[in-house]
Amino acid sequence: MKSFTGKALRWDWREGVLELTLDFPPANEIGTVMLGELEQFVAAAKHLAPETAACVIASAQKSGFCAGANLRELYEQSAQLNEKARAEGVRDFLERIHAVLNWLDEAPFVTVGAVHGVCFGGGLELALVCDVLIADKMARFAFPELRLGLIPGFGGIPRLKRDLGNGFVRDLLLTGRSVNATRAQAVGLVAQLAGEGEALRIARATAAQVTKFDAVTRTAAKKFIKPVPREELRREIEIFCELFSRPAVLAALKKFVEDKGPMPYQP
Amino acid sequence: MPTLEQTTQEVLDLAARHFKLPAGSLAPEDDFFKKLGIDSLQTLEMLSLLENHFGIELPDYEVQGVSDFRTLAERIQSRR
Repeated sequence: MKSFTGKALRWDWREGVLELTLDFPPANEIGTVMLGELEQFVAAAKHLAPETAACVIASAQKSGFCAGANLRELYEQSAQLNEKARAEGVRDFLERIHAVLNWLDEAPFVTVGAVHGVCFGGGLELALVCDVLIADKMARFAFPELRLGLIPGFGGIPRLKRDLGNGFVRDLLLTGRSVNATRAQAVGLVAQLAGEGEALRIARATAAQVTKFDAVTRTAAKKFIKPVPREELRREIEIFCELFSRPAVLAALKKFVEDKGPMPYQP
Repeated sequence: MPTLEQTTQEVLDLAARHFKLPAGSLAPEDDFFKKLGIDSLQTLEMLSLLENHFGIELPDYEVQGVSDFRTLAERIQSRR
C-alpha cells in the first residue's frame, strides 16, 4: 500500500521516498491505536523496501514529534486488570513496539527523523531508530520515565548507549531533565539543526540526497555502522517488566495522569 | 557580565515578544504561568527560548517551582 491515512498516522510513497506522518492529538502518544498503525506501516514498508531509498518520519501535531507512551491509557487499562493480566499486557505491548522499532532501526532504507517540539520518552525512542535526525531549534528531548518508577521501555537506553557517550546518557536518564536541540546536536543525538518550522523541509531534502546513492552500498554502510543492540534490548524488556510489577508504579501513573502542573514529567 | 536587573529585563522583553504581549506589560514579580497563560508544552517552549537566547542550559529541576520572572532571571544569571 503506497499511501494510507489512519487514525494516528498516515504515509505516502513517492519517487523512492516514504513519508510517515504521526498525527494523533494531543502529542502523538504511543498507545494501542498508534502501535497498531505503526505495525501496519512496517508491514507496508517491508513490501515497499526494494523500491525505497529513504523514509522521512515527522509529526503534523503542533505540540511536537511525540510525547511518548500513552500513559493515560496505560494507567486506565492497568487499573482494571489483576496483577498477572497487567504484567502480560505490558509485556505484549513491549514485544510489539520492540518489533516495530527494531525493524525500523535496521530498515534497508535510510530513515530521516524531522523533530520539533516535545520529543520525550517513547517519542525519543522512536527518534532514536532514525539514521539521521533533523531537529527544529525549539525541540526538546527527555527520558522522564524514572519519575514513574520505570526505565524507558521502547529501546531507549540501549540505543542511546550505542549512539552517544555514557555521561550524557546518565545525565538524561538519572535526572529526567529535558535538553534542547543545540545540546542534543552537541552530544551527537541530532545530526542537523533547523530553524523554527524548517525541520520537515530539511528532512525531505536530506531524503532526496539519499536517493542518489547506490542501494546495495547504502544498505551495507548502514548495517556496518548501526548494529541493533539485541541483547540489551531483551534485558531492557525484562527490567521494565520487573519494575512495572511494583504497586508504586501504578500510583505514580495515577499521579501523572492527574497532574495539572506545568512540569508533569518532573517528580 | 550583565547585572540581574539587565537579565530580568531581557527575560521580560523576550517573553513579551514571543507570547505577543505589549512591550512593558510584564513585571519582574509577575507569575508567568498566570500572566502568559502557558501550559506544560508552552513551558518547555519558554525553556528552549530562554536557553537559545542566553546560550545556557536550564535543567528543568532548577526552574521547577519557579513562577516569577525575577527568580527565573536569577537562575539564568547563575548559569551565565
